[in-house]
Amino acid sequence: MSICVDIHKQLGSFQLDIAFEQDQGVLGLLGASGSGKSKTLQCITGIEKPDEGRIEIDGRLVFDSQHHVNLSVQQRRVGYLFQNYALFPNMTVAENITCGVRAANKEKRRNDIVSEIIGRMHLEGLERQKPAQLSGGQQQRVALARILVNEPDILLLDEPFSALDSYLKEQLMTELGVILRTFQKSVIVVTHSRDEAYQLCSRIAILDKGHLDVIDETKQLFRNPTTCAAARLTGCKNIVAARPSGPAQVYVPDWGITLATGRPVGTGLCAIGIRGHNFSGDLTVNAQDVIIEEEIEQPFEWIVKFRYARQNPSVPALWWRFAKSERPERLPHVLGVEGKNILLLYR
Amino acid sequence: MDWYPLWNSLRIAAISCILVFFSGIFMAYYVARLPRLLKGVLDVVLTLPLVLPPTVCGWLLLLVFGLRHPVGIFLQTIGVQFVMTWYGGVVASAVVAFPLMYRTARGAFESFDETLAWSGKTLGLSDTYIFWHIRMPYCRQGIIAGTVLAFARALGEYGATSMLIGYIPKNTATISTTVYQLWRTNDEYSAFIWVLINIVISAVVLLTVNMLEKRSRERKAWS
Repeated sequence: MSICVDIHKQLGSFQLDIAFEQDQGVLGLLGASGSGKSKTLQCITGIEKPDEGRIEIDGRLVFDSQHHVNLSVQQRRVGYLFQNYALFPNMTVAENITCGVRAANKEKRRNDIVSEIIGRMHLEGLERQKPAQLSGGQQQRVALARILVNEPDILLLDEPFSALDSYLKEQLMTELGVILRTFQKSVIVVTHSRDEAYQLCSRIAILDKGHLDVIDETKQLFRNPTTCAAARLTGCKNIVAARPSGPAQVYVPDWGITLATGRPVGTGLCAIGIRGHNFSGDLTVNAQDVIIEEEIEQPFEWIVKFRYARQNPSVPALWWRFAKSERPERLPHVLGVEGKNILLLYR
Repeated sequence: MDWYPLWNSLRIAAISCILVFFSGIFMAYYVARLPRLLKGVLDVVLTLPLVLPPTVCGWLLLLVFGLRHPVGIFLQTIGVQFVMTWYGGVVASAVVAFPLMYRTARGAFESFDETLAWSGKTLGLSDTYIFWHIRMPYCRQGIIAGTVLAFARALGEYGATSMLIGYIPKNTATISTTVYQLWRTNDEYSAFIWVLINIVISAVVLLTVNMLEKRSRERKAWS
């Protein structure tokens, strides 16, 4: 096991209760703000001390409340990419990277190590620049270079793209993906963005109010989220309370309709979710009368907000989204959804 | 003309400035880490000399170092006497100048981005290295400004100094006590020269502080 976490911490009225394990590969911690993602990273790093629990990094015990083990931040060998990259402003790029070179390597090969990583991270020509003179993407690469020469046992990335604009972000995400795949140990990426999580992570843990809601393979989680938090964080807009009303059928009181799910419904079902692009005016399955409320134009798609004919007025409207090229001449009065596209969400 | 007061003033100001530099930084760094109550109490005590009249400071210093008081008596047995000696002036100036260094350094430390220290720690850098190579350079402008202000204050100290070390020509005389003495003895001309010297030194000091603040603003605008 490359990383093994089981921690408990009380922070005022907020409770952090997290347990997971991860081998080599990238694990995403996906959660809304205030769900405890960053706190979890800080506990692994040693910046925060859990009240109880155990943390093991690459087979090394770094924290154990029972046996009073609590290694210092310096001893944990954790590579932590801070949100703002935390480059030392008074040092040049080369000096910043040199700071990361371990003392054991310092005397003999320091210059080789630094110039090797500068080449690998495409930082040639920037050696004498100060961090303030670099672009956001360059700063990120310097911070990563500084961490990689440090030879950490685990890599933690805290919202790696929050300091960048969206254009740069897409470009850098591909680059970062390559770096992460060549890193031989486990990586944890904290994010609230489903795009980042989907592209970078092989597994995703959903965090909700300080608890680990569900942990699963990325593709599986996006295809079939099984909890409300997972559905919401993977981008499902229409989530509503529901209860089973037959072997393959659910009743949705707030929408005033019954939907056929096309597959058996479990007993613990508490809600359903329907992704905005799964509605269609051409479908006869689960077709229901709707009232169009609002049309929102986006660069490449339309978002249409609608209500079911007998929908509870205090419940928000539903989202239907489709590509601009698929827009029918007149918006339909009846919308259907296939049973397999209804996400069944359990407690 | 007797230049002794200039030399004596500069000597007292320089030595007390060095003392205040280290003690001010030390206290600023450690007080910020204390529990809240202790921090509040210490903060008031350490800043008091800034707001107390210098004569009150002088009186308190005499209470401690006076030759009829325990500490003063003890110091005398090991051959140290702060009353009526030039190095007593160092003590008086240091006490009065300390809060300026302490408060400016504390302000500078509070503006420090703690994630820099944390990232240094994750890279395995020692706390000492982080303090001298990351924290201090980051807070450099504020610390230099505090040092210059402390120097200026030490140079201009009159109240506590005159009470603790009095005025002995060619011995404890400083610029400020000399000006008072010359005015008292109606030597308007000499007093005027010393006033001019004092104004020049103070103006240079203030210009330095302003330049540093301007540079620090420009540096901030950069990043």
